[in-house]
Amino acid sequence: MTQLPILPILLPLLGAAVSLFVEHRRIGTVVQRSVAWTFMAAIVLVAILLVLRANEGPVLVYLLGDWPARIGIALMVDRLSALMVLTTSLLGVACLLHACSGWDRRAPHFHALFMLQLMGLNGAFLTGDIFNLFVFFEVMLIASYGLLLSGGRGVRMSAGLHYVVFNITASTLFLIALGLIYGVFGTLNMAELAERVANVPPASLPLAKATIGLLLVVFCAKAALLPLYLWLPETYTRAPAAVAALFAIMTKVGIYAVLRVSSLMLGNDAGAMAGYGWDWMLPAAVGGLALATLGVLAASRLRVLVAYVVLVSATTLFIAFGLRTAGTIAAGLYYLVHSSFVAAALFLVADLVRRGRGDAGDALRAFAPAAGVRVMAGVMFMIGAISVAGLPPLSGFVGKTLLLQAVPEAEIRWVWPALLGSSMLVIVGLTRAGTRIFWKPAPVQPSPPGDGPRNARGRLRLPETIATMLLLSYGVAMSVTPGPLTAYTRATAEQLLAPATYIDQVRGALQQERQP
Amino acid sequence: MISLDVISLELAIASSIGVLVFAGVYLTLRARSFDVILGMTLLSYATNLLIFSSGRLVVGKPPVIQPGVEATLANHTDPIPQALVLTAIVISFAMTAVTIVLAMRSRADNDSDHVDAGDVRDPRDDSR
Repeated sequence: MTQLPILPILLPLLGAAVSLFVEHRRIGTVVQRSVAWTFMAAIVLVAILLVLRANEGPVLVYLLGDWPARIGIALMVDRLSALMVLTTSLLGVACLLHACSGWDRRAPHFHALFMLQLMGLNGAFLTGDIFNLFVFFEVMLIASYGLLLSGGRGVRMSAGLHYVVFNITASTLFLIALGLIYGVFGTLNMAELAERVANVPPASLPLAKATIGLLLVVFCAKAALLPLYLWLPETYTRAPAAVAALFAIMTKVGIYAVLRVSSLMLGNDAGAMAGYGWDWMLPAAVGGLALATLGVLAASRLRVLVAYVVLVSATTLFIAFGLRTAGTIAAGLYYLVHSSFVAAALFLVADLVRRGRGDAGDALRAFAPAAGVRVMAGVMFMIGAISVAGLPPLSGFVGKTLLLQAVPEAEIRWVWPALLGSSMLVIVGLTRAGTRIFWKPAPVQPSPPGDGPRNARGRLRLPETIATMLLLSYGVAMSVTPGPLTAYTRATAEQLLAPATYIDQVRGALQQERQP
Repeated sequence: MISLDVISLELAIASSIGVLVFAGVYLTLRARSFDVILGMTLLSYATNLLIFSSGRLVVGKPPVIQPGVEATLANHTDPIPQALVLTAIVISFAMTAVTIVLAMRSRADNDSDHVDAGDVRDPRDDSR
């Protein structure tokens, strides 16, 4: 089991390659789907093993090519990485199930791109080298371009162009930051970097602040923090449902990177750099929370509304991590897992509604019930909305309560009003949407008979229902038995706040085979 | 002793990075997708030069260890930035190809090279 940390990266890569081989029309969807499911099951299994292994405590270090950790690339598994990998895989199961209801036949290379996307996500969570993080970001983004654009045309193309251009520009900034980091600190290994950031000579302090600041700006752009979030609603709205659901974890990658960098390099041991960056990220997060909440209220379509809900949860996470106490980070991690699942479920419901309402689509101005899917989709929307808004008894309530409890005394005066105010307005927005789409039965115009094909698409397909139910049941499970997860996130937060042990373990990792 | 060679090399690299970034940022902010792609290409060139110079500029020293020469940075140039640049070049090359295909497809579908082509907020849509 010494090879365990590399498996979440290798398995999807292999899965993508095999998917390409069985892609030909002659082979048929049954084979393609069974290949995809075999690898998906293996990934979930490995992710569970990884969480069990990481929960033992020590950081698992895997030296790629057996180069020593300061020279070569190292993979590192601590509790945070393992939790993120497991969340990604569980989300991936639901998205794959949803895609198997038909989208995978319409979009060319779907299964291969999907596996590559999982590979990029897992790699970004597992790597311990900051240039390797860039490479896995690119793998993840390139796969996401393919998933977003395949099978699309027209407006989705120009929306896709915006997304691609924005991300390439952000990646260029990432590269500039990396070049400067290597120039200033002379290493790219994160643990080694943490050591050198803490001991930076006063003369290079401004340069060090500029480089780390540039890095944080890039991660904030990926995580859609205040001035850099405008790409998100448009992209997520245009993406096909299964892909939009998977994208729910993509903003979390940026947040993960911010958390990783700030806990390792800008923690309390970092000397002059301690806490750097949060004095502008926290105000930006509060401002972003306010704007995203207004976006939920102003949304004209259900999918735009869900995109803004994703933004609300992302900014909430920034606030939780920015307070930098064990309690808030633990609560934030619980909230992160919960919000990924629930936002994905809401994207799937929004897609059902769009198809179920025929010409009205998912526009919120029309009082048109979603004829074919009303009861089932209505129930699922209600569960998702209760959960995401933070009403008892579901997981959003547990997450927000933990967070509010953990806020330090001195910060309560601005954190509580911000979080509770935004929760209330989100409830208003979701209630309004639910009323317009599901509840108002009065002016049912029976669709004209000529409208056949459009109506026929409105039926619920079984895999879609199961996929949405699966995502919602993750949330329900998290609220019924929150104990193990909260204990795990608590231990994760404590591990993150003690970066010294982490750094020692990485530096102490010995080569297995030979000295170079 | 720093030779005149290195100083003039540093001046040349620094000013070319500056000019490339200037042109790249200007072009990226324009409204035609062709200009935007050109701008991003120039930006990626500037980035590559920057990464290359992050290992410090040295003249006349190889990045590969040779027999008989002590393996320290006094006798060799730092090989890591060159490896990084290689990765960056490959990725930016592939991404340029993707954006070109995407821009051409967007132009064909929306009958316009404008970056907001086909957008619902585009006033030209109302006249159609």
